[in-house]
Amino acid sequence: MIWSRHNISSPSASADARMLWLLRGAAGTATALVLLIFLFLLVESWPALRHISIGRFLIDPSWNPGESMYKLTPMLSGTLYAAGGALLLATPLGIASALFIAYYASPRSASIYTRVVELLAGIPSVVYGFWGLTTLVPLINQLHPPGASLLAGILVLTLMILPTIALTAHAALFSVPPDYLRSAAALGISRWGMIRGVALPAAKTGIAAGIILAAGRAIGETMAVLMVTGNVVQHAASLFDPIRTLAANIALEMPYATGDHRAALFVSGLTLMLLVMMLWSLAAPLGRNRDA
Amino acid sequence: MKIISAIHYMIFTAVLLSGSGWSQPVNAASQKLVLTGASTIAPLATEIGRRFESQHSGTRIDVQTGGSARGINDARNGTADIGMVSRPLKPQEQDLQAHTIAWDGVGIILHASNPVAALSRQQIADIYTGKIDNWKTVGGRDAPIAVVNKAEGRSTLELFLAYFQLKNSDIRPHVIIGDNAQGIKTVVGNPNAVGYVSIGAAEYEAGHGVPIKLLPLDGIAATVANVRNGTFPLSRPLNLVTRAPPEGLSREFIDFTRSKQVYDLVEAQYFVPVSVR
Repeated sequence: MIWSRHNISSPSASADARMLWLLRGAAGTATALVLLIFLFLLVESWPALRHISIGRFLIDPSWNPGESMYKLTPMLSGTLYAAGGALLLATPLGIASALFIAYYASPRSASIYTRVVELLAGIPSVVYGFWGLTTLVPLINQLHPPGASLLAGILVLTLMILPTIALTAHAALFSVPPDYLRSAAALGISRWGMIRGVALPAAKTGIAAGIILAAGRAIGETMAVLMVTGNVVQHAASLFDPIRTLAANIALEMPYATGDHRAALFVSGLTLMLLVMMLWSLAAPLGRNRDA
Repeated sequence: MKIISAIHYMIFTAVLLSGSGWSQPVNAASQKLVLTGASTIAPLATEIGRRFESQHSGTRIDVQTGGSARGINDARNGTADIGMVSRPLKPQEQDLQAHTIAWDGVGIILHASNPVAALSRQQIADIYTGKIDNWKTVGGRDAPIAVVNKAEGRSTLELFLAYFQLKNSDIRPHVIIGDNAQGIKTVVGNPNAVGYVSIGAAEYEAGHGVPIKLLPLDGIAATVANVRNGTFPLSRPLNLVTRAPPEGLSREFIDFTRSKQVYDLVEAQYFVPVSVR
């Protein structure tokens, strides 16, 4: 605030130019970091890509690096199933709780509820994983053994991304111009009609951004998922089958991997990064269209 | 007033600094040993390192985990002074020098409520390859078996596979775990699970009321005592490895880890001191 007032009172071209270069530098650093990480992954996985043809990551009979078999597709499907399932559960729940805070709750209960959701966002992932391992997995085991399963992973991930979706959706709803809502009220539209016809369409972009953010977290989450999904490398045929995600694969085997095995783990990291980039490029124009 | 208190403060600080040996850090930093490798050995090495440091002022023992494979690698390329390897050296690793500091056994664990009291070698192999998938077949209750296996690269897995003459791709696991603690928690959480972990870790947890039990192997009880007298078949040496015959501080430390002065530390971790065998 003070800074901008100072700038207005004594407008100087040189300060603007300095700021411009500072911001350019910061933006450039951020971009360079992503590129460097990508380059690093490429360099580290190069030995595997050279020794093992890319097709083998798709058609090898199994993932057994000790026996030179490197099939990645079950982990790709595991990652997508777990993240997709969590998004399916967390998106309606998150948007519903944002609507509750914004339009239905009394100011007092809304502030308590917001605090609780914020607290939920701050719990470290390993705590969720530990809770899942000691409570959720035995429960699912009573329902359908062995307990450590895709379902456990989806439930833990849902808990973890729910606050992200709820908080960003609430922020998006909060920034809907109050004039819109007053106009809707003046037209005599019911509260639900106002939410469906005015608030949600106006907040669409913000809500979509929150979902994308949550998807990124769900795909990349490692420790919590590692502890509850059983980590068996296979295509899940049901919710109760154990799966392994790409991120869990790296965390599970990296400390003990050498040579081609290590490089193959970097290939799974590279795959993970390509997956996130692909989702991003699919989702980005979606957000822009909705904006228009 | 202010000036006097400032002077007092300065004197106080100066006394503190000289008293705490702040003036001679250069000498202290010069003696440092880096150990990397097996997570089984790391806690023991840390304890021994602490005692070594207290007896040799000015030395620092830095212990990092990362598995036996990292221990071999780091010792070979010199990243670490000493590698920690929880298995015998393989034929292609004979360029390194191994110094056994203790022994450890790998035991099959079940949930304490599981009525099965013993499994034969063939039965364990059949369970792990999926030929037996219900506890009823081996005299237990009518419930599906949850097979807990270790992740690729762990030395416990290699030891287990070699002993039962299995290939990891033949195993049909339901859960794959990383370290011993996760394995024990998984079996505690599932009364129908079977897993294998370090006997030291399992006996410690079972002794502290955790509901697991260790199965005998070939009729020999899986206890620290039987690893100690050499009768338990599924056991492994815990090695410190060096690239060349150790000298100087490395040699002093390795001799120390094999000496009687640390037996209590080795036994506190439920391992077996080396020269008792």
